[in-house]
Amino acid sequence: MSENQLKSQRFRREREADWRRLEAIVDKAEKRSASALSDAEILAMPVLYRSALSSLSVARATSLDQGLIGYLESLATRAYFFVYGARSTPQEQLASFFSRDWPGSVRGLWRETLIALAITLLGAVVAWWLIGSDSDWFFGFVDQALADGRDPTASREALRATLYHDEGAEGLSAFSTYLFTHNAQVALVAFALGFAFGAPTIVLLLMNGAMLGAVVHVFVEKGLGFEFGGWLLIHGVTELFAIILAGAAGLKIGWAVAFPGQDSRLEALSGAGRSTGAAMVGVVLMLLCAGLLEGFGRQLIVNDLARYGVAAATALIWGLYFYGPRPRKAGA
Amino acid sequence: MTAVDLTPAERKRQRALVTPEGLELRLELASVGQRLGALIIDMLIIGGITLTTIIVLLLVASAVGESAAELVAVVFFLGMFLLRNGYFLAYEMSAKAATPGKRVLGLRVAARDGGRLRFDAVFTRNALRELELFLPLSLMIAGPFSGGGVDGWIYLLGLIWCGVFVFLPVFNADRLRAGDLVAGTWVLRAPRQKMLRDMADEGALHRPAFDFTPAQLDVYGVKELQVLEQVLRTGDRATVRAVADRIATKIGYVRGDAPDGEFLRAYYHGIRGRLESRLLMGRRRKDKFDAA
Repeated sequence: MSENQLKSQRFRREREADWRRLEAIVDKAEKRSASALSDAEILAMPVLYRSALSSLSVARATSLDQGLIGYLESLATRAYFFVYGARSTPQEQLASFFSRDWPGSVRGLWRETLIALAITLLGAVVAWWLIGSDSDWFFGFVDQALADGRDPTASREALRATLYHDEGAEGLSAFSTYLFTHNAQVALVAFALGFAFGAPTIVLLLMNGAMLGAVVHVFVEKGLGFEFGGWLLIHGVTELFAIILAGAAGLKIGWAVAFPGQDSRLEALSGAGRSTGAAMVGVVLMLLCAGLLEGFGRQLIVNDLARYGVAAATALIWGLYFYGPRPRKAGA
Repeated sequence: MTAVDLTPAERKRQRALVTPEGLELRLELASVGQRLGALIIDMLIIGGITLTTIIVLLLVASAVGESAAELVAVVFFLGMFLLRNGYFLAYEMSAKAATPGKRVLGLRVAARDGGRLRFDAVFTRNALRELELFLPLSLMIAGPFSGGGVDGWIYLLGLIWCGVFVFLPVFNADRLRAGDLVAGTWVLRAPRQKMLRDMADEGALHRPAFDFTPAQLDVYGVKELQVLEQVLRTGDRATVRAVADRIATKIGYVRGDAPDGEFLRAYYHGIRGRLESRLLMGRRRKDKFDAA
């Protein structure tokens, strides 16, 4: 019978055991995780992968067994994604995210951050000015449900009460959870909208700024500016910063779509996406902090100076973390 | 040198990835239909979990009473947020790089440059889902029921505007949605394929019983060989008989009372040997019309 064996059959018979072994390792890694593999399997993997690749190239050139070639194509592709896929441990990824990726990504956005800040301030100033000329404008900027009685028609005492109302610790955790999920979703939308040439992101930032300006105006007019500052900034430093960063990331994406420069639009887009991804992950984390500060910190701390103190501390921490000088790596 | 002959539609979805070892791997892009199917499965799972959670939480709240209301609310808000954003993230970061819906259809997410799939890329591609999926969905649901407020035309314009992003994958060759564009990823079809029997193994057993002349083995090319392989693999009795008759007549072979299956297997073995030895000389005979 052996004289009837085709070369391709012999080839398959001799290599089959290796392929099966590679398949078993890839199966195990995909079903469970990379850490489920034993040391021996991890060491064998690249060798088996390369031998499968060379088998595939031989099979393509010499074999007409469709089943075999299909099998090797699929096996080589799966093994490729595993061998060259993400193989750093979660801890390493986490460490690199906090030490390098996040602050680096935020620093890379400085130009867009300034623009987003300017747009927000513009919105605030315009709203301030318009309400100054006619207080009815307030209702055009601020959603009634959100304002919750904090409008120009309210009395000084009523406004003052909203700044220090103490609901007790009860209801706070639900409130802060709601705030966090709501704000995070808004930030994600602001980022995603950047894809439409950034225009909706600008509108969103303007509206956010206008709302801010309108509410500030109401309180300042009643002589509660200082108290309102503490109430707003204790979480607002973190929250507004996060929203401005999300807007900045959206603007960067929009800019890449509209003006890709030397690259193709596709390259520019994925480049912008790569450099803003980590910042956006960070934005969600920042909003989580802001939600906690808003839900707990603001309700539990009612002293104005203490509120300003917390606000200053958060500003300092974020500023140093993102923009502060950091030790250079040896050889970097 | 495509080893497996493809239909034009399949070839349109083929992409080449050159590994660092210098071999070209052929990747198959997922079609829009497959991706829609995967998304529907995922959304059904998410919807199912949401519904179950709401029911369970309501039961808990009614059992424990007012005091648990706050905890229930926290669990609900956080759970929904995690489910909406974390479901895709967690599954696409796993070794399979695919959500359950994608797994069912044999799809996976990969970086377009062939490098590793980074966490921020997965995050970005799913953050853009807000724009492509959740925003249009909420617009569609909220629009008709908002009761005035929004003008009909503005609503229509909003839908069209969203449609641009929703239907983006249909309009580009790589089937990229907005999230893929920004994150530098694409979705591939890489199903797990089992090693199939070598049809020449049995052919080699039956071969000595048949005596084909070189001229008889030269009738067909690779395309016909692969059709024959498929016929043998499927093993449908009627088809095997019909094909055996056709081939015997075509090559003018008198097979006497030899069984159809054995005849076909031996013939398959014969022409494969013939075509493969030519392949070694660098000559691939595409089909029966291909001379030489």
